[in-house]
Amino acid sequence: MRQIHHEIPFLAKLLGVASVRHPRDPASAQIARSLWQITQAIILFAVIAWLIHAGAAAMEYRWQWYRVGPFFYRIIDGEFIPGPLIKGIIVTLKLAAISSVLSILIGALTAIGRLSNSIAGRAIATTYLEIIRNTPLLVQLFMFYFVLAPIFGIDRFWAGVLCLAAFEGSFAAEIIRGGIQAVERGQYEAGDATGLSKFDKYRYVIIPQALPLILPPLTGLLISLIKHSAIVSVIAVAELTTEGLNLISDTYMAFEIWFIVAGMYLVLTTSLSVLVNILEVKMNRAR
Amino acid sequence: MTHTPATASKTDPNILISFDGVSKWFDNFQALRDINLLVKQGERVVVCGPSGSGKSTMIRCVNQLETHQRGVIHVCGREVYGNMKELEKVRREVGMVFQSFNLFPHMSILENVTLAPVRNIKLSRGEANEIALHYLERVQIADQADKFPSQLSGGQQQRVAIARALAMKPRVMLFDEPTSALDPEMINEVLDVMTELADEGMTMMVVTHEMGFAREVADRVVFMDEGRVEENCSKDEFFTGGRGERAQIFLSKILQH
Repeated sequence: MRQIHHEIPFLAKLLGVASVRHPRDPASAQIARSLWQITQAIILFAVIAWLIHAGAAAMEYRWQWYRVGPFFYRIIDGEFIPGPLIKGIIVTLKLAAISSVLSILIGALTAIGRLSNSIAGRAIATTYLEIIRNTPLLVQLFMFYFVLAPIFGIDRFWAGVLCLAAFEGSFAAEIIRGGIQAVERGQYEAGDATGLSKFDKYRYVIIPQALPLILPPLTGLLISLIKHSAIVSVIAVAELTTEGLNLISDTYMAFEIWFIVAGMYLVLTTSLSVLVNILEVKMNRAR
Repeated sequence: MTHTPATASKTDPNILISFDGVSKWFDNFQALRDINLLVKQGERVVVCGPSGSGKSTMIRCVNQLETHQRGVIHVCGREVYGNMKELEKVRREVGMVFQSFNLFPHMSILENVTLAPVRNIKLSRGEANEIALHYLERVQIADQADKFPSQLSGGQQQRVAIARALAMKPRVMLFDEPTSALDPEMINEVLDVMTELADEGMTMMVVTHEMGFAREVADRVVFMDEGRVEENCSKDEFFTGGRGERAQIFLSKILQH
């Protein structure tokens, strides 16, 4: 009996019952209900899979999953040779990493500009935000690639990096500004009243209190940047989506390759968010 | 030439704070109406009045947490208005204690007290710690130096806030309703520290409803109503009847219990 009592909450937790838990329900009923809900999900996925399969069969699509291995990598004479998909995802990561750093920089500068007393600073920051937010990302990309890139002599990779950084930077700016403004007014006043310079006030009083508010949405933004980076395939930067497109034009295996490409983005972003969640929990515990 | 408070404060080093015809508006609402006021070295001035009478606004104008729109304010011989560098210098000579303490929640008690001395006058960590512990001892809270503000009671936090202000060795201390947010049993521990400070000769401007404190400590009582200074007289005058009708009504209301 004791054993069961011990196990039921564990099972319940495993099945995620806690969120739908009704306080009067005995634990066994809760488990039964979540088993039923899991079954529902499985049935739904099975139906979708069957529809895709049936649809593909109706158009006489020939699945060739056995051919996809070398798209990832090949081993020739004991040597590891990365295929287009691995090469592509490395470029995607590079693209996302560089534009992440740049977008945080742009975001911080823009937030400072908007919060400053300088009329020029506010005007520049606001103009930047309005332009980025009120034009399509695709058009921004074309502007960077067809207008700015030839003028400043930058290649397509950097045109893509700068465009993504400018786009995500506008969101980062609002996240950072929001975090800074969420710090209580009394903290600003205490900083002022003790005679701190403006820089010291932000450096020692405001920013340390704003960071815990800024970091979670900011990491979310950077993870979504990985997804947004797919758009640079239209200017043929050799990242994951472009490699996928190229493979399809070589092999006509559209279905397999799009499933794989989507799956790779999915694995990348979900594992990153799990990682960030773990870090956040650790940080909160340390505090 | 007329001898206005503003000109007096420039020439007379004994006048630490002077308001000369100061007015302030929040949009269309006029919070301060033509305030004239002097605070001399070593004076203890208690400011009282009904809520919304402008007393907090007035005291916050001294270190420009609020800016005034008309008139002139001099603090420690400097005019306060606009110029940030000048204002920082003034703020370093003026300590302030808030109603809601406003300690820095992410810093230990010791760090709260040492931040301004370390950043503003570039004291070394060691020197700053020494000064901080000295003032924390004076407010009898040195044994909590390594804790964080959230671990302290309201009365303890307010005493730390006083130590934080004192650590800059200010010439004037401003208190903006320092006991209004405290549980009743903690009010006295804060008032005791303030009384001690007054006994040591600190120049103080105190916005408070604690009439017992005013009676014991104040040299002068300023009574405000609707943004005006209605009374500005010695404590004895104020408490023994030399006061106007509005002050009379106010006192009878808060002394009823």
